[in-house]
Amino acid sequence: MTLQALLVVAAAIFGIGVYGALSQQSFVMIMMGLELMLNGTILAGGSMWALTTGGSPKGQMLVVVLMTVMAVEAAMGFALVIGIYRVRKADITEKIKRLKG
Amino acid sequence: MILNVTFWAFSALAVFSGWRVFRADSMVRAAYWLLVSFAAVGIILVLLRAEFLGLILILMMGGEMTIMAVFMVAFMMNPAGLNPMTMVHRNSVAIVAGVVSFLAVAALGLFARFPVARAPEGVDPTRKLGVELLGNSMLVFQTAGVTLLAAMIAAIAISSARGRYGDADQGSVEPDQMVTAPAGDVAAAAAHDPAPVTSPGAHQ
Repeated sequence: MTLQALLVVAAAIFGIGVYGALSQQSFVMIMMGLELMLNGTILAGGSMWALTTGGSPKGQMLVVVLMTVMAVEAAMGFALVIGIYRVRKADITEKIKRLKG
Repeated sequence: MILNVTFWAFSALAVFSGWRVFRADSMVRAAYWLLVSFAAVGIILVLLRAEFLGLILILMMGGEMTIMAVFMVAFMMNPAGLNPMTMVHRNSVAIVAGVVSFLAVAALGLFARFPVARAPEGVDPTRKLGVELLGNSMLVFQTAGVTLLAAMIAAIAISSARGRYGDADQGSVEPDQMVTAPAGDVAAAAAHDPAPVTSPGAHQ
């Protein structure tokens, strides 16, 4: 497995995540798109650590930070889904377009 | 050889299951397809000798996707997948954006020049990562911890049903649709229902 192959796989996962985050209507499905983008990023970070840094643990630290980002995104996303459902009874993006001019 | 075959198998699985997330008829199934994608990436990380990161990714995502599946059942329509489900908007734009971002990132991976320095054999990367986490990168580690704590508090504050002074959504409820009625209708409505909405005793 070469670095190029790993990065192309990571790019494919990232691209699918971009498609999902932009196309889905349901909030939780949008979150899944974001998570898939982070999944690709984690794969790219891990493979860069393994093949270009000579085993320096600082490369792995980047992946640890990415996982923190993912956990924060999930926590905030779930909280916002609950909050917006409570106030607007909305579970898809089309139900909260009242602010749209 | 075996390593390469395993790598390609799990790469294909990661991409395929990632694609299935947005093609599944049930949102619960979508959550578990996403878990499969994360698990495949975790196994690739283990193959790359980042055992700690790979396993912690699988562990973390197992928990998170289960919570997500519970959310799907609680909030979303059609969790069981009994009917076909497509809930998309601007699908073609999103497909173009996805393909363009794939091509851009893949081109970066294919044509950029990266240094070649594999992790040396015989050194335990997990041990080195542990020393780094509690040594030179302690600040990063601690900052991540405080960030997670702040996220937890913020999640509770946002999703709480009651705020400090009453219902959490007080004052933030969407107003009813304003309907402009002719003046005569308004006068008639006022004559029909002259009593104020809240009685004086209702504030206690």
